Amino acid sequence: MSASDTQGAIDAVWRIEAPRLIAGLTRIVRDIGLAEDLAQDALVAALEQWPSAGVPDNPAAWLMATAKHRAIDRLRRDQRLARKQEQLGRELEAEERMGPADLNAIGSDDDLLRLIFMSSHPVLSTDARVALTLRLLGGLTTDEIARAFLVPESTIAQRIVRAKKALADARVPFEVPRGEALTAQLASVLQVIYLVFNEGYAATAGDDWMRAGLCEDALRLGRVLAELAPNEPEVHGLVALMEVQASRARARVGPTGEPVLLLDQDRGQWDRLLIHRGLAALARAVSLGGPAGQYVLQAEIAAHHARAATAAETDWRAIADAYDALALVVPSAVVELNRAVAHGMAFGPRAGLALVDRLVDEPALKTYHLLPSVRGDLLVKLGRSAEARVEFERAASLTDNVRERTFLLRRPARAAEPGPPIVPLQ
Amino acid sequence: MRFLMYSLDPAVPAPPDPQMLAELGTLTEDTKRAGVLLATGGLGMGSTRVRNAAGKLSVTDGPFTETKELTGGFALIEAKSKDEAIEWARRFRKIVGDGESIVQEVFGG
Repeated sequence: MSASDTQGAIDAVWRIEAPRLIAGLTRIVRDIGLAEDLAQDALVAALEQWPSAGVPDNPAAWLMATAKHRAIDRLRRDQRLARKQEQLGRELEAEERMGPADLNAIGSDDDLLRLIFMSSHPVLSTDARVALTLRLLGGLTTDEIARAFLVPESTIAQRIVRAKKALADARVPFEVPRGEALTAQLASVLQVIYLVFNEGYAATAGDDWMRAGLCEDALRLGRVLAELAPNEPEVHGLVALMEVQASRARARVGPTGEPVLLLDQDRGQWDRLLIHRGLAALARAVSLGGPAGQYVLQAEIAAHHARAATAAETDWRAIADAYDALALVVPSAVVELNRAVAHGMAFGPRAGLALVDRLVDEPALKTYHLLPSVRGDLLVKLGRSAEARVEFERAASLTDNVRERTFLLRRPARAAEPGPPIVPLQ
Repeated sequence: MRFLMYSLDPAVPAPPDPQMLAELGTLTEDTKRAGVLLATGGLGMGSTRVRNAAGKLSVTDGPFTETKELTGGFALIEAKSKDEAIEWARRFRKIVGDGESIVQEVFGG
């Protein structure tokens, strides 16, 4: 292999193995920061040795063994660290005597799951959870995370350093939570993954490709988690939701970069493979039973759209039902607005307007342009064009997006045309 | 990034031994656990060629001993980079031995 091939192979091995490597090391040293340092030491050793010695037969085992040797070296050199981690030193040396088989064992599924929970631990801020998860489990560099989130690299670097310290200070255990703690912490893990996905989904044509790459990073994390926690319906629900949303990636942007709303999309451009995977993940979630959580319900809504061959064939009654359930599980003004749209489609504009009118004084929606936009749309359908015009103008005044404003201001002119409504749901 | 992986080997491959099959099973599991495998499948023996020569369509059944054919199976994976896709192909090739695997990026879907 040429030097650049080896470099590529090292990058690839790192991308594949880093999460389990760091997870296995965290189990041994009980410190996420030290574990990552040791893994990085092993990576540096690989960069030094592989170009001449070649890529080892089992690169993961090589990295793990090298990292453990480094751990022993560090403990020997640093007596203070050694005293603090006396137990650890004995364990490592015992492992070293046992020979390569044990020395090389890379992180198990359990270790990886523990690392996922630790990286999204509730003692951390949401920003810190996202940065740490992408760094330790997504295999992204600090620079890549910074580019994806449009912030300076130093900000992300500091965020990660502080997050590691916070986990150490809070003595967060390296374990998979049980019982009620599991429910709460799993929600945090899923929230982090979905947040990463949405950040990528919000990326536009002019953005750095790293941003759109976040969708793939989130999907991959979700798929990994689904293998590690196969009995959690919400995990499959989130995977289903992301697969179906990702299936529309190409259809949701028009030729000049303008957003294309769900009901206007060319369904022929939807990615059938991702839809198929999404529906399979949803079926798995449902087969596990229990009351549907927020991700399963959102996945069901997305799936109803995915199953409809044309916008006209959409099963709006089923979608309205799913929104009713979603509003009970995660009550919010935005869910209510979407619910109003679904009811408007399923039961007529009067039913939709009745729900929207309840939201007019909602503080959370005071500056949300989609509220007047949805209301205007329902008014059009009821033949109340003058009132509709006021709503569209108000909506236009509330958005900073030029394209969207143009679109909204053209709405009154189109008021008499029948057509699909502006659906805020994606 | 999506990649299609397949193998080109002589038309009549040696029957796989049980150890190789077990190792391949583990590799497939690894690709699932790493979240990269989108789809995979085995290919039936012998292919059929549908050819268009100057507007004249012909259908010929294989096997075609004079050329290499797609054999074994295929995998469609979603990897972070081409290097990562190549690394998975290396792991596959190490198990199945002599022969050639092809890694090609897939666009659209």
